[in-house]
Amino acid sequence: MNLNVMISQLASGMVVSIEIFFVTLIFSLPLGLLICFGRMAKNPVIKWITSAYISIMRGTPLMLQLMVVYFGPYFLFGIQISKTYSLIAVFIGFSINYAAYFAEIYRGGIESMAVGQYEAAKILGYNKVQTFVHIILPQVIKRILPSVTNEIITLVKDTSLAFVLAVSEMFTIAKQIASSQTTMMPFVVAAIFYYVFNLLVAVVMDKVEKKLNYYR
Amino acid sequence: MQLFEMKDIKKSFGDLDVLKGISLTVEEGEVLSIIGPSGSGKSTLLRCATHLETPDSGEIKQSGEVGLVFQNFNLFPHFSVMKNLTDAPIRVQKRKKEEVFRQARELLKKMGLEDKEKAYPYQLSGGQQQRVSIARALCMNPKILFFDEPTSALDPELTGEILKVIKDLAAEHITMVIVTHEMNFAKEISDRVIFMDQGVIAVEGTPEVVFSSENARMKEFLGKFHQGMSD
Repeated sequence: MNLNVMISQLASGMVVSIEIFFVTLIFSLPLGLLICFGRMAKNPVIKWITSAYISIMRGTPLMLQLMVVYFGPYFLFGIQISKTYSLIAVFIGFSINYAAYFAEIYRGGIESMAVGQYEAAKILGYNKVQTFVHIILPQVIKRILPSVTNEIITLVKDTSLAFVLAVSEMFTIAKQIASSQTTMMPFVVAAIFYYVFNLLVAVVMDKVEKKLNYYR
Repeated sequence: MQLFEMKDIKKSFGDLDVLKGISLTVEEGEVLSIIGPSGSGKSTLLRCATHLETPDSGEIKQSGEVGLVFQNFNLFPHFSVMKNLTDAPIRVQKRKKEEVFRQARELLKKMGLEDKEKAYPYQLSGGQQQRVSIARALCMNPKILFFDEPTSALDPELTGEILKVIKDLAAEHITMVIVTHEMNFAKEISDRVIFMDQGVIAVEGTPEVVFSSENARMKEFLGKFHQGMSD
């Protein structure tokens, strides 16, 4: 197999990896905020459920969670699993896992806010939603950005875990080529791909951080 | 006209009775100062009056909006000076943008901050930040403006500029209730002074009456204060 063929095969895997990356972010970032609200809720039942959720999501391997999401419908409800479900299962598994981490990052940011900001907002008549959306959240985003960047960089590398459900993302294809052609070349290409991807993430997040540097 | 009334306000935190039945009224155009030792309940009284705390019992009657100037300013750091002043009037009070901006510019001019419209709070000195926060409170057109130790977070040099601003407001007959440790200022500016001690109003009256009171706690408090001054 010449290098061009190999790279074109790997490229189709890259597209899937990038897809997993963006779908996970799009769903886990808002879902994390929702879970964070549950975690900070006054209602003890909601608080307990979300705490347990976060604990399980952070306490077990993502690979295992992917398998549970994939095989769960069959073993729990006897639903026949179609082949196309594997990619959906990856999206779901990644999103609910990353949401748990983001929830804790949000919580850290929200709890670091001085109570004076809430009091000033209350005196000025902002309601709870306005206070959160216009006063608290923008400041929280600035504070949590470095931790969020960390998670996003981990996510780039974690997309390779989708191989466990035989989703043909970058790493799955690299492994297939490597074993059929007995060459390490696909892994070299894979390494470069992940590194460059993360370099881009770092550059973009740095830009965002600089953009939010207009205040302290 | 009476703008504000508190009747028999009680508030405790756990076993600690901070307010043990406070009643007071504020008349339109009046400047009322609240003085007293730390832990006497001054700040809690102000926080009850501005609804930051809910009293355990008692009654609060007010006509119209109340404003509060915090000891630590509590400006919104991600908003420019202008947005700090205008966001709530526009978003909360749903007033017209042009009108709010006009009023905000006038207020900034009055505070000597007309060139700071676009600045962010971190770029300002403590005294400037406190003037912005006073302007922010005024931009809401409150009926009464409460001050919670407005100069306590400032060094002595900057204290003067804030006291001058408050003096100017008093000259415009803006109704104000000021918790302060600045005795000379309270004496000079107030129509009425309240001395609080251990959760009750111990002495109340005109500055002349209160500062020459024979109340033992008041004398002790002023004695400590004068000692502190001569140190």
